[in-house]
Amino acid sequence: MKNDSVRLAYYYTVLILLAAISLAPIWVMISTSLKDEVTLQGDTPVWFFFVPTMDNYQAILTGRGKFDTYLINSIIVAGSTTVITLLFGGFCAYALSRAKFTGRTFLANATLLVRMVPPAVIAVPAFAFVILAGIDNDLLALTFLYTAISLPFAIWLLFGFFKQIPEELEEAAIVDGASPLQVFFRVLLPLMSSGYAVAGIFTFRIAWNEFILALLLTGRNTRTLPVAAASHITEEGVEWGRIMAMGTLIVIPPLIFTFFAAKQIIAGMTAGAVKG
Amino acid sequence: MPTTAAKPRWEPGTLTPYAFVAPAAILMATGLLYPVFMAFYLSFFDWEIGRDLGDANTVGFSHFLRMVQDPQVWEVLWVTIRFGFWVITLEMVLGISLALLLEKPIRGASIFRTIFILPLMVSPVVVGLIWRYLFDARAGWINYYLNAWFGMEPLVWLGDPELAFFAIVFTDIWQWTPFIFIIIIAGLQALSSEVIEASEIDGANWWQQIFLVKLPMIKSIIIIALLMRLIDVFRGLEVMLIMTGGGPGRSTELLSLHIYKRAFETQQLGYASAIAVLLILVVFGLSLLILKMSNPMKTKSDV
Repeated sequence: MKNDSVRLAYYYTVLILLAAISLAPIWVMISTSLKDEVTLQGDTPVWFFFVPTMDNYQAILTGRGKFDTYLINSIIVAGSTTVITLLFGGFCAYALSRAKFTGRTFLANATLLVRMVPPAVIAVPAFAFVILAGIDNDLLALTFLYTAISLPFAIWLLFGFFKQIPEELEEAAIVDGASPLQVFFRVLLPLMSSGYAVAGIFTFRIAWNEFILALLLTGRNTRTLPVAAASHITEEGVEWGRIMAMGTLIVIPPLIFTFFAAKQIIAGMTAGAVKG
Repeated sequence: MPTTAAKPRWEPGTLTPYAFVAPAAILMATGLLYPVFMAFYLSFFDWEIGRDLGDANTVGFSHFLRMVQDPQVWEVLWVTIRFGFWVITLEMVLGISLALLLEKPIRGASIFRTIFILPLMVSPVVVGLIWRYLFDARAGWINYYLNAWFGMEPLVWLGDPELAFFAIVFTDIWQWTPFIFIIIIAGLQALSSEVIEASEIDGANWWQQIFLVKLPMIKSIIIIALLMRLIDVFRGLEVMLIMTGGGPGRSTELLSLHIYKRAFETQQLGYASAIAVLLILVVFGLSLLILKMSNPMKTKSDV
């Protein structure tokens, strides 16, 4: 008995230590964003006991940096990427999981292979294309690329969820003469909510966090948040309070997702390596 | 099990399946495959920023010949391999040990797991910003605590080649060890308890159980996690771009970052594309290895 409680105490000690290591840098960012200049310039790092201020947030949102525009840009790009990816990715995963057709295996393998295309590889051709087609400073080009980048992973995740739904459930509808599209909307979609939630979170996160392509394809008015935060260092000098305020705003949506859907996110992350 | 009568869910020979996959397939072909082919194509041109592609000369394979003799390319390849070696080794050792220590389900485990995946959810740009602040020579917290606890003089972390390399390795370990941990612990918990119990009955001690039973049984999971991390090492550039810009010198310039800088700082788009071709080959090679080990979209009925 004694042995057990010693063991348990040691488990929790390790766990709490690890949690502290994971959280500390994120907390440093959040707390720094809430400090005034005096606290920031102080001799010792302050972890908890300071008077929080919204000055840094006010500065970036009302300053000449157009940060409010960038926030809206990020929401538009990440939002539309997620909607389009889920719509088309869902159709594609549905057909791959249910239909037999020539080219099915090829499409499935190609999808898995292009999942890993490095952003540095896409950067030059995307830049070239934007120059050639003359569609500079356009959020549409960015949304298009993010959709392409997100699709393979979304299809692959959704495929797994469609496969889990027994095909017998669709029999009745098929006997009634429902078309594949009707089966999709009437029978399968209502059962796919958690699948779409996971795929949606991963897609939104890709588009929301992406930096390199956004840096290349956006101009002064079409920047997304990561580009705005990164260029703040070079353009405005290093004002850590404001930079950390931008970082905190960027991190808020992923943090919210994590707290509400950690289980699903972990399932999505481990799905590549661990089966069943 | 009775064989279910083949119902014509999807009329054979119709175009219906194609209509369903077409939008996604077209988007992936134009947004992912086309850039890959374009990178191959551009690698044969002497194209630079500010010049029309039409005016660029074709240079045949000379970019590739230049590449194999380019000391900078060899240097960044070496940096990438060295970086990959350190982060993957340390993340694997740490992640697997922690997973083995903590695999027993206990109260509150889900809260801890939620916290552990937070570093993975933070945008690479933000990871770069946070750690650039922590490693900052003047305002950085790391220098402060090294001084307060060990009396060390402040170090210019991001201004010294070896220290900067250490800093990016450290940052990567902070962000990615949870990934290995989460994958390995999922693998361990999926193991059948009968085999573990059988080995206990056979008198295997704790170490034997780990090295002779558990780890061999999740071998493929370990290898896939390793390959995924290796691909990430070749893909990654954002954290380094923010923290050090690849410097000082090229001490933290990974292959992807080098391609980016070649293309947009020295403005050699054609030559950068040739190096991108090398990157594609490496990443596709590693991806094929993963697919060979586990192909999630292959069904038994596949032809």
